Amino acid sequence: MAVVPVLVGTRPFGSASAEADGGGEPPTIPPAPPPAIPPAQQDEPRRIGTRRSGSDRVFRAVLTASGVGVLVVMATVGLFLLARAWDALRVAGWGFLTTQAWEPDSGNFGIAAILVGTVLIALVAILVAVPFSLGVALYINEFAPPRIKPALTSVVDLMAAIPSVVFGLWGFFFLQGHVTGLARWLSTTFSWFGPFQVPGTDPTDPLATATVYTSSTFIAGLVVAMMITPVIASIMREVFSQAPVGEREGALALGSTRWGMIRSVVLPFGKGGIIGGTMLGLGRALGETIAVYMIISPVFAIQWHVLANGGSSVSSLIALRYGESTPFGMSALMAAGLALFLMTLVVNFVASSVVARSRSGASS
Amino acid sequence: MSTTTSTTSTGTTSTGTTSTGTTSGAETRRQLRGIRLGDLLDVVGAAVAAFALTGLLASQVLPINHPMGFGAVGVALFVLLYALLVGLTESSVMVRDRLVAVVVHGLAGAVILVLAFVVVFTVARGASALPHLNFFTDDMAQAGPLDPLDRGGIWHAIVGTLLQIAIALVITVPLGLLTALFLSEMPGRLARLVRTVVEAMTALPSIVAGLFVYATLILALGVPKSGVAAATAISIMMLPIMVRSSDVVLRLVPGTLKEASYALGAGQLRTVTHVVLPTARSGLTTAVILATARGIGETSPVLLTSGFTAALNADPTQGPMVSLPLAIFQFVKSPEPTMVARGFGTAAVLMLLVLLLFVVARVVGGRTPLTVDAQRRRREQRRAALAAAWRSELQRTRALLRRGRGQRPSPVPVALEEIP
Repeated sequence: MAVVPVLVGTRPFGSASAEADGGGEPPTIPPAPPPAIPPAQQDEPRRIGTRRSGSDRVFRAVLTASGVGVLVVMATVGLFLLARAWDALRVAGWGFLTTQAWEPDSGNFGIAAILVGTVLIALVAILVAVPFSLGVALYINEFAPPRIKPALTSVVDLMAAIPSVVFGLWGFFFLQGHVTGLARWLSTTFSWFGPFQVPGTDPTDPLATATVYTSSTFIAGLVVAMMITPVIASIMREVFSQAPVGEREGALALGSTRWGMIRSVVLPFGKGGIIGGTMLGLGRALGETIAVYMIISPVFAIQWHVLANGGSSVSSLIALRYGESTPFGMSALMAAGLALFLMTLVVNFVASSVVARSRSGASS
Repeated sequence: MSTTTSTTSTGTTSTGTTSTGTTSGAETRRQLRGIRLGDLLDVVGAAVAAFALTGLLASQVLPINHPMGFGAVGVALFVLLYALLVGLTESSVMVRDRLVAVVVHGLAGAVILVLAFVVVFTVARGASALPHLNFFTDDMAQAGPLDPLDRGGIWHAIVGTLLQIAIALVITVPLGLLTALFLSEMPGRLARLVRTVVEAMTALPSIVAGLFVYATLILALGVPKSGVAAATAISIMMLPIMVRSSDVVLRLVPGTLKEASYALGAGQLRTVTHVVLPTARSGLTTAVILATARGIGETSPVLLTSGFTAALNADPTQGPMVSLPLAIFQFVKSPEPTMVARGFGTAAVLMLLVLLLFVVARVVGGRTPLTVDAQRRRREQRRAALAAAWRSELQRTRALLRRGRGQRPSPVPVALEEIP
């Protein structure tokens, strides 16, 4: 019994590491098993510690330095935003959250309108994108023939990486012209639903121009939805594919249909992935700049009517105004950017905590 | 009687050999795959009925005056009619199953179609610009908006994108990799803080990253609008993505491998360079490439920090330097059809670039030491199973031979028996 620890204890570590090049790197000593003490001789408990070689210490210092460096850079971005935004926030006070105009140099500015616009665009995008991406994820995982499954998976992953400006092009040159009919139909058919109303139109007028339906929150939301659908679908697919095979087969063996199996095994298992993927998509949608900038015509009043011309988003406001801003205007833009960042931050944290707490775990 | 009950699943061999004439009701193999005619007719019938009914509604009842409205009503009617048709013959459980199948197929098909359409639309609109060689080798300095497509090109944007992404990679890859190693190799309170902050920064909208660099480097520090400024903004975007995905990959390295390395007396540095990094190599490459694909498509940071130019600028330290997405953005602002065609052509080039990156990621990411190891193990298992089967076959033949012809020795050569 007592032989083994004695052997381990007397093995000279120094001689073992002498063969390593670079003048010896004493290993991170694997802790020796606590010596079983024979009742007769009471040993001193050995001190167990890590003696690191010089190169290891340098290595760890470099790692720590880069970790701290990234921390500093990232914290600088956040703190700098806050510091620069402070001027504007102090002037605007609480009115920053309630004012609908953007005239920073006359002190009359706030993010009420643009924040609502940003959220509306993201909501339209999410409402359109989530059912479609759920469909794509379920199709790839459950319905697609096994032969085309890998191909579909890589197509969706590839689509998630297509630059947003390409979707912006498509939205501006194709969707803008072809979706006004749908918008007009929606607004006349569902005119009892507040957000679908379009003020200033007469549905009975056959000569009415379609321009009131262009450049709307709805169209911008559709383009953003196109952009985030592959992102969400790829996360959902990843999670669904990890649903335990045993439970799937169990459900099928008990006589459930394919939908029964999906509803009782795949969806409950992937719930975290569905919510997390949706939230990450929401984060992307809130921050999207160029596609929205190309579509929307900016207004600085709260535009509830999603089908009507005009809308706004924080990021397109920044892209629009950064060049002509006075230092104070810049500070106001910083404040708007900070508000946007805080919003996406909250969304991201909620997403990651939901995903981490779910059964499928933090795999995404 | 007993054969008919027992052979339903064990298949044709026993029915064929034992009871060809005895059973009256011939066994038919159950068809497990393929499409039944009735199911197909359900779908087709519902589609035709929905089309006809929508046509009737559109022409007589509802003010549907646009193909998209027509499509929306048609799809809704199709789902209803299909449920009705299936419900004629099946139980409600089956109806729900069928409906979900149809809806999922429809949603997936629509997404794939639309995404394919976006790509085809972009390439088609840019097709007039792409065949001109000068489109890839010239810049726009000598070409105005009214010039035909055989003058001017996007060489300046290609150079700009490559330079900017190269600078961004020089910043991000070492820093991101070291930070990811810090997170996985030195866990502790500091690492947890860094991980939280990095995770928070993945939420940073790209325009805010651009705004930050614009306000610090350009306005406060007086750095001119340049490729370096743009690359810095892109790096701030890419760094959290890079750190996060490499961290995930590094955490997948089996602890046993690392412990084996320590047990052999290697230090931490040696373990990282000889065990951790080679094991995670392909995953890390994928992380780099995916971050690159994100960074290469970003427009807004470049718009804020580098600005637009029509001329080639190969000096990243000063002067505006345009990238591919920014060039697209500028081209399509013009009402001239040739400029719009150039914009779409540029978008096609950009997508091709992203596609190339992805193919590289696939090729590199397909082979990790772990998967290679798993493949080898599977191969060995298969070989062992084959050898075992072969051995048992040998024994069987030998036993048969022995029984049939007395105590004759096995005619099988010894060499075959030696197969492991």
